[in-house]
Amino acid sequence: MISFLFKGLMRDRSRSLFPFVTVLAGVVLTVFLHAWMNGAVSSMIQSTAHFNTGHVCVMTHAYAKEANQIPNDLALLGIDTLVAALKRDYPDLFWTPRIRFGGLLDIPDEKGETKAQAPVSGFAVDLLSSSSPEQKILNIRQAIVKGRVPQKRGEMVVGEELADKLRIQPGDTATLISSTMYGSMSVTNFVVVGMVRFGIVAMDKGTVIADVSDIQQALDIQNGAGEILGFFADDLYHEERANAVTADFNSHIKNDDQFSPGMGTLRATSGLSEYLDYVGVFSDVIIGIFVFAMSIVLWNAGLTGSLRRYGEIGVRLAVGEDKRHIYLSLLAESLMIGFIGSLAGTAIGLALAYYTQVKGLDIGSVLKDSSMMLPNIVRARITPLTFVIGFLPGMLATFFGTAISGIGIYKRQTSELFKELET
Amino acid sequence: MIRLFSLTAAFFLLSFFLQPLSGDDILKKVDENMFSENKISVSRMIIHGRREIRTVESKSWQRGTSESYTEFLAPARDKGTKMLKLKDMLWDYSPSTDRTIMISGSLLRQSVMGSDLSYEDMMEDPHLPNIYSAKVMSEDTLFGRNCWVLDLTAKKEDIAYHHRRLWVDKDRYVPLRENLYAESGKLLKTMDVREVMKVQGRWLAKSVLYKDVLKEGEGTEFIVDVVTLDAEIPDYFFSKAALRR
Repeated sequence: MISFLFKGLMRDRSRSLFPFVTVLAGVVLTVFLHAWMNGAVSSMIQSTAHFNTGHVCVMTHAYAKEANQIPNDLALLGIDTLVAALKRDYPDLFWTPRIRFGGLLDIPDEKGETKAQAPVSGFAVDLLSSSSPEQKILNIRQAIVKGRVPQKRGEMVVGEELADKLRIQPGDTATLISSTMYGSMSVTNFVVVGMVRFGIVAMDKGTVIADVSDIQQALDIQNGAGEILGFFADDLYHEERANAVTADFNSHIKNDDQFSPGMGTLRATSGLSEYLDYVGVFSDVIIGIFVFAMSIVLWNAGLTGSLRRYGEIGVRLAVGEDKRHIYLSLLAESLMIGFIGSLAGTAIGLALAYYTQVKGLDIGSVLKDSSMMLPNIVRARITPLTFVIGFLPGMLATFFGTAISGIGIYKRQTSELFKELET
Repeated sequence: MIRLFSLTAAFFLLSFFLQPLSGDDILKKVDENMFSENKISVSRMIIHGRREIRTVESKSWQRGTSESYTEFLAPARDKGTKMLKLKDMLWDYSPSTDRTIMISGSLLRQSVMGSDLSYEDMMEDPHLPNIYSAKVMSEDTLFGRNCWVLDLTAKKEDIAYHHRRLWVDKDRYVPLRENLYAESGKLLKTMDVREVMKVQGRWLAKSVLYKDVLKEGEGTEFIVDVVTLDAEIPDYFFSKAALRR
């Protein structure tokens, strides 16, 4: 029977092509949209983890309360012991100290007078230890567009646009003017050894990266850091595991001092919690709208098809075919079209998503004035759900469209059929 | 008739001299008492931060209202750091980098050595009558001393503290307490004089507690250990070349 119906569909393209194309288009859009939204959210989470919070983050309680102001006077001290304990107790994660800081980068002329100056935000990361994962996490080696990565103390890399603005080249001296953790003015010379393109507009415009030991010295944070970040080995954020590690760490720490350490997850410390929930709901709503819109289109297609096949169904009824049988055969046809359309749509959608996952889409020109940490290149991300998500609207919409439009079969009177067919 | 005229004249003269001082008069007297043309001082700032107490020592040479040169003597990390003020310009010299940085714009609002004082405070004209008009609001007793309470309002627009309230010792013409306000009326800083000293016939603050109320911590004690007034100061102190010497 199925084979018979399938042959019918293949031989009469006029009754299968339009629904097929509609299903195909809808499924392609659904699959691609799902992968795209996945990718956009993942990119944001990854950028936030790499440049901001890690997958989990240890700070003093006082620092955590004012973290957006980068209060280095409230930094963690005695971090050697703390990092060693974290590595021992939670070996599944990489642990690395970070200091974020703000200040001015001042470029001297031959006489030592200010030639150029710009506000900067900086990252102090462990660049020089051989065991440090930071170069990989920040992708610094690949991000270097001129010069090299710092190899010894007293060296820094700067964002490409910042370097252009200050007109500096690798080998030039730059003076970082900032504040020590005690609030004094800190003036420290660095040799700029490289220019990096982070792929995040806000960072390329005004970020410097130096080794954590240099910044500890410059900001008088001896054996201290603003934050100790933890990253899962596969570089993916696992919320349940992050919650478990955080709960375990916090349960073992006395919380009686504002300078005692506390751990938080990416979701809790990044301020992305509500945003991620919002994106999740938004994504479901978008897909829901697609399913609904496709159902309407396919319902309409089914109605058109039923009208066009008015004569055919009349003949089938006239020769004694049961109304229920005709209705079920139409539903079976719709499922076939839905399945084939969904299969083809998923394949094309996945191909497009894969291309965008590998190549990415450069939205840098849109973000040129942005101060948010959004990556220039947004990539789609294919997950197991992407493979099946298109079948939901593809199959259901055609099925329900046909089911609703096919109800008309039951309204036709056998006694009227010949009269209808004559006209 | 002559006697009557003499009595009347004497009454008016007496009432003229006995009439209470105006706010501006008091401010002028404070200025005359405290301000000397040249001053060399050695001082300590004991900074009570949120985590620890730090002491910063410095020596300053001051000439007139617009020139001053300060060298930090301790702690070791800040030793050799120098600051030079010439009119409305301020430079900071850091020996570790051999760089002279002009302090301007937002840097002026930064704290001096982590204290409750900002560079902007250091740039202020020390002659208060030049920039404020004063009114006597009331009288009060502070630390056992009788004081006038003065309200000062800025005469100019670009002043860090639009409004000040001063408690001035009636006998010594030394402000014993000062509250500094923004134009909005928000209290920004407070100053309490804990000890005064008499130097070359003038009463000066020896120990002052400054508190930036927008900042955590217990404030900064500013203690003058040695002060010499009207001292001879060579010209070379007040040049940028002095910073690198």
